[in-house]
Formats: sequence, C-alpha cells, structure tokens
Amino acid sequence: MPEGYLPILFLLAIAIAFPVIALIVARLLRPSIPNPAKLEAYECGIEAEGSSRGRFTVRFYIVAILFVIFDVETIFLFPWAVRYKQLGWFGVAEVTLFLSILIAGYIWARKKGALDWV
Amino acid sequence: MTFETLLPYLMAAIFAMAFPLVTGYLVLVERKILADFQARLGPMRVGPHGLLQPIADALKLILKEDTVPKDADKFLFYLAPLLSVVTAFGSFAVIPISATLRIADLNIGLLLISALAAVGVFGIILGGWSSNSNYSLLGALRGAAQLISYEVALGLSLVTVVMLSGTLSMQGIVEAQFNQRIWFLFGNYGLMLLSFFIFLIAAVAEVNRAPFDLPEAESEIVAGYHTEYSGFRWALYMLAEYTNIFIICAVAATVFFGGWLRPFANIEWLAYPMDAIFPAALLFLSAWGCARMKLFPFTALLGISGLVFLIPAVATALSAPFWFFLKVSAVFYVLIWFRASWPRLRYDQLMDLGWKRLIPLALGALLANAIIGML
Repeated sequence: MPEGYLPILFLLAIAIAFPVIALIVARLLRPSIPNPAKLEAYECGIEAEGSSRGRFTVRFYIVAILFVIFDVETIFLFPWAVRYKQLGWFGVAEVTLFLSILIAGYIWARKKGALDWV
Repeated sequence: MTFETLLPYLMAAIFAMAFPLVTGYLVLVERKILADFQARLGPMRVGPHGLLQPIADALKLILKEDTVPKDADKFLFYLAPLLSVVTAFGSFAVIPISATLRIADLNIGLLLISALAAVGVFGIILGGWSSNSNYSLLGALRGAAQLISYEVALGLSLVTVVMLSGTLSMQGIVEAQFNQRIWFLFGNYGLMLLSFFIFLIAAVAEVNRAPFDLPEAESEIVAGYHTEYSGFRWALYMLAEYTNIFIICAVAATVFFGGWLRPFANIEWLAYPMDAIFPAALLFLSAWGCARMKLFPFTALLGISGLVFLIPAVATALSAPFWFFLKVSAVFYVLIWFRASWPRLRYDQLMDLGWKRLIPLALGALLANAIIGML
C-alpha cells in the first residue's frame, strides 16, 4: 500500500514549506542590525569562557549505549505483540525467556553502577 | 479523483495551515489554566480576556531580530528547528479523528509515531550543539539523554496495547477497542492501568514538560538547547514542542481512551444521549460561561453549535471528532495540572526514575499483561 504514504509525503512537504516561507517573510520584515556583542554566545553577559566543543561527562555515552540495547529489545517485542493471541502460551514463554536474558543483563549493569548518576 | 481520495490531502493541508494558530491558542489555554491554578487572571490585555494574545505573540516573533551566534555551525543551526517541526507534524498523519477523517491509515501507525519522535531528538541535539554555547550544549545533552531514557518505558507500555489490539494501525486499535467492548485503559482486568500510568509519566518526559522539563530548566541553564535561538527560529521550536504535546495527548486518547469512539460505544440506546445531548449540554455550559465573562459573540456561537448538535444527522457526523478532541483536551489538561502541581526534578532523580524505576516496572507490567491476557 505505498499510495497510503502519499498523503504523509504531502504533509511533510507542507511542513517543510511552512517554516521556510515564514522565515523568508520574517527576513523581509524584521530588522537586522548585528554587532559583535550581540553575536557572542550567551553566558550571563560576561565574555564566554572557553569553547563548548570540549569534553562532557561519559555518563551520556553509557545512557546512549543502554538505550540502543533496550530500544532494539522493544522493536523485537512489537512483532510478537502483534501476533500475541495467535502465538499463545508458546509465545509468552519465548518472550519470558528473551526478557529474562535481558533482565539478567540489566541487573548486571545496575550492579556495576552503570545506571547510577553521580 | 473522488472526494474520498482527496480527503487525506485536504486534511493534511488544513492541519499544516491551522496548526501554527492552534499552537498559539494551546499556549494561551495553558497560561490561562496555570493562572487559574495560581488564583490569577493570566493574559488579559490583548483582546477580551487575552483572546488575541497568540496573534500578538506571532506578530512580535516575526518582527523580532533573528541573531545567529558568530561561532555557530550555520548549516546545522538553520536545519535543527526545521527538523523538529517536520518530525512533529509528520506524526499527526496517522492519528484518526473519526472513521473517515485521517490522513493515512498505515499498518505501522504506532511505529511511525515512535520513529518520528526518535528522529525529533536530532532537532534538539543538533540545535544545542550547533549553537556553540555552553548552556545550549548542556540543554541538548540533557534533552537527548532524557528522551532516549524514557522512550524505552514508553515503547514497552505501548507493546502491551499492541498485545490487546493485535495491530499497529491506529485506526485498527480504535476498532479493536470497539470490538472488545472496552477502552484499553481498563483492559486485562484493570492491569492496563499500570501500563497507562507508565505511558503517562514517560510521555510527560518525552515532551519535556514539567516536572521533567530539565532540558530547558531556566533556573539552571537559561533556556537549554534553544538559548541562542531568537525571533521566528525560536518560534519554530515552540511550535514543534506544542505540536508534540498535542500528538502525545492524541496518542494517549487513541490507544487508551478509545480514540474517536463515544463512551459505551456498543450500547445502542446511549447513541443519542452521547452523540447529541452530552455535546450540546457541554456547549451550552460553555456558552453560559462566556456570557458570564461578557463574551457575547462566543455565547451566540457556542449556543448555536449546541443547538446544531441536537439535530440527529449532524450529531452522528460530528460526535466522533467531538469525543476525540474532548479526550485530547482532557489529557492536555492533566499535563498542565502536572506542571502546576510539581516542582522540577533534579537530574540524577530523573535518570533514576527512568532507568531504575520505570523500566523494571514497564517490563513487569509487560510480562504480567502477557500472562493475564492469556487467561
């Protein structure tokens, strides 16, 4: 049913067109008087300290990795959920097995302190 | 081209044209309700009872200077708000307003919404990173980490809905609730209530609303990822944010509250009371409220629409959109209620709640629902 997607493409096209047109209209109407102080990155009114291209805490990377694992798991659960009634107890047992492997990993990550935010 | 094939395009056009205005009024409604919670009046100056405030805001934002920081990555800085708006608007495509009023009825509707929400994270992280400002970067990192943490719980609670409906199509989920004679909120002998609460908490976090509005916590990191945005580019972020709120309310209404179905949709004799008398009564009540606030044009308008609802043919045609929007408004009201009631969480509390409480709870709810549903 690819034709079912055409209205979505149409909606996305308008969704792109609207902001672009609005920004062009705004550009024609608004003032544009830049000066060096205005173009500085905001930092409480004083001169910006350092660059924001530096390092940041590794916790965010751990969260991202954990997310990939759990999100892929959710994606695997959807096909089973659609066929839940037809697969019956066999499907439930399989999913319990699948989830228990994952929960073991979750408990390990939790014991290791990967989920603690200090 | 018949009218049926043209209807989705028409709806897409109307939605995309109308939503910027609707968003403005969502902001006004939110400000008014918050004001009511705090025993204030809210916006009162622009137009009667502040009714023209959104238009004044939009004009102001269009006329404001739009600065781009000199160290910013220009291309990504321009792209990021567009990405947010497009992904937010795209999700609306699969939400059914009535049996015939929908832009597209995809068999992967629910997946499309989660996929677009996941792409929407890029709007936040690119906007914050490209600004090259410390506050923006912090807001973007917080936003991205928060969105992906709660997306897991959100996805797991939606899996339980799919287990009951047996389909990912939004229209199919509404039909399943009709066929099973129950809203999924009360499905599985009430066990789905647990899934709904997980969904609600995760949804509030997904749309960055208080008490989970850490990406834009103004007392800590100025405005978060959109600190450097100004003028209409900033307005695009607001547009995306409120569109996302509407979408998440619509998803909650559709998958848990029966979507466009009227309450007790299977009981024949309740058709007229639910399709006509209830909407009419509600509109008359609103008309009376407007009369008390001396908004007489609205009194007339609401009174007449109330009368129109009493015509059986009109009631049958309009009851589905009426109930859909009533349910969406109810969920929206609850989100504002949250904002009025709870203080913002600390960041470690937020991550703890997401990873240590909600995800195990969501897994437990999933397994419990799987077993109860088989019995």
